[in-house]
Amino acid sequence: MEKLEKYGKRAFFALLLALAIALPWIGLKLYQLRVLTLALAWAIAAVSLNLILGYTGQASLAHGAFLGIGAYTFGIFTERVGLNFWPSLLIAGLVTAFLGLLVGLPSLRTKGPYFAIVTLCFNVIVFKVFENWTWLSGGIQGQKVPCPSFLTQRWARYYFVLGALLLVLVVVRFIVKSLLGITFMSIRSNENLAEATGINSFRYKLLSFTVSCFIVGLAGALLAVENQHLDFTVTNYAYSFNLLVYVLIGGAATLSGPVLGAVGLYYFLDYVEKSLGEYRFVLFGFILIVAIIYFPRGMVGGLSRLWDWAKGRHASYRAREVTP
Amino acid sequence: MSFFLNQVVIGIQLGSQYVMVALGLTLIFGILDISHFAHGHLYMLGAYLLYILTALAKVNYWLALPLCMIALALGGVIVERLVYRPLRDQPHINTFIAAIGLFLFLETLVRAVKPRAVSVSKPIDKTLSFAGFTIEVQRLIVIAGAVALVVLLHLFIKRTRMGTAIEAVAQDREGAALVGINVNRISMLTFAIATALAAAAAVLMAPLAFISPEMGSVLILKAFVIVVLGGLGSMQGAIVGGYLLGILEALAIAYVSSAYKDVFAFAVLILILAIRPTGLFKGRD
Repeated sequence: MEKLEKYGKRAFFALLLALAIALPWIGLKLYQLRVLTLALAWAIAAVSLNLILGYTGQASLAHGAFLGIGAYTFGIFTERVGLNFWPSLLIAGLVTAFLGLLVGLPSLRTKGPYFAIVTLCFNVIVFKVFENWTWLSGGIQGQKVPCPSFLTQRWARYYFVLGALLLVLVVVRFIVKSLLGITFMSIRSNENLAEATGINSFRYKLLSFTVSCFIVGLAGALLAVENQHLDFTVTNYAYSFNLLVYVLIGGAATLSGPVLGAVGLYYFLDYVEKSLGEYRFVLFGFILIVAIIYFPRGMVGGLSRLWDWAKGRHASYRAREVTP
Repeated sequence: MSFFLNQVVIGIQLGSQYVMVALGLTLIFGILDISHFAHGHLYMLGAYLLYILTALAKVNYWLALPLCMIALALGGVIVERLVYRPLRDQPHINTFIAAIGLFLFLETLVRAVKPRAVSVSKPIDKTLSFAGFTIEVQRLIVIAGAVALVVLLHLFIKRTRMGTAIEAVAQDREGAALVGINVNRISMLTFAIATALAAAAAVLMAPLAFISPEMGSVLILKAFVIVVLGGLGSMQGAIVGGYLLGILEALAIAYVSSAYKDVFAFAVLILILAIRPTGLFKGRD
């Protein structure tokens, strides 16, 4: 039974991947391909937030700012400095990671909701700076972002972002399954206990946050390439909230959850744009409240619960819930 | 010198609204351990309700004040009942995320219904000037209103049975329940008081600024800055912190830059937390 479950899961993800690879060839409109590319870039950002939020238990609300910083670093180094694509991409990640380290040093000393508030304050500061410092952000005109020659085709950008997402997932999976990941999770479950077993929780939280910022910086650069244009609104703290919703609706502390949440919700919101207009964003908040009350483990958690129930394990699941 | 003093008075007026909002926030935090992040958005709803009552339904401003307070008090009770009570025994972070959900829900809902910023006319549209001072009457009304409400709240908590019950729950939830205090009722009462305070702040402040769906989000962050720095759950800390932040901000706008006015408070918070992660004053943890 265990083996069947494992292979079933693998087959399911292989099918999803095959579908993702086949999509550009099965009559998808160019516009939809663009929406999917953006959705995949957001999925990378959601996976990065999941590392610090889901696995390490620290709710960062600064990832919108770091996404924008990554995007702008990439845009400035390619367009104004004139560097090539690959070094700029690396620099975008490194600059974001370094700023993440600097922000993490004071903010990770706080806990729980206070960490969320401090990081949100940082995001507001970044947003205000980008809004007012026109030399940096390019003001209302924004910042042009050149597209490298191998990514001028839409399908090429789609596959590139898809490949990047898979690579990021492999790296995060490697981290999570290693001793490092277990250390992160021990901090999430009980920080005092982790400290008592000799873990320097601050240092590991900082590491998780910095790695997470590196990845979100890359996601920002990929978004910039797809849009080929940036303005200061990319640092908006609304994006921090969106990312939080993607991760929590999809399922925090799972590998597939943030991807499903980001791609699903992003595509869904685009799909209902015509019929619901501005009201579509109202769903965000509503879904978040309902999810945190009734499905605190998100879509993936809900699915595995359904799976357990289908196998007649419902009773034992309840028992596990009562005695943690 | 009179320019400086003028700015200080404006700062006290700005601080008055911070005090009213931060007091509600610290009450809710102290008593229920909830980081009520949507508090600023209930303030925003109060301002819009005032707009509906005065500009659309032509209700008198001074009648609209208690009406808004009562309506928002009810709104606070509903929020407590529907959003926070189901999450009572959950980890802190879950309640906080629910609060963010409420925050997003209210902001996007109001933005979808009413995308434009609106304004409310002043009940007494006069400007006083004496001895080098010039100040709008509405600003004085805000300052006086805040003082009156804070004194009333203090008297309520210190001098009435119900207020004492609130303090008892804040000190020890289980103990309070053991001596027969209905903790659920106290939770609802606290939310009602805190939200009514925020509504009063909104009604008093509304004639001085535009009403927009976003007005709650920066305000709630500042209120959190005050509550964290003033000590979690400490009412005195909220009062001192609120006025201090208001004055600092008014001076920063006058002497440094108005484009970055919202940045100061948040930069100060990050700096202070870098040195003292638990805030300036040791409150209830």
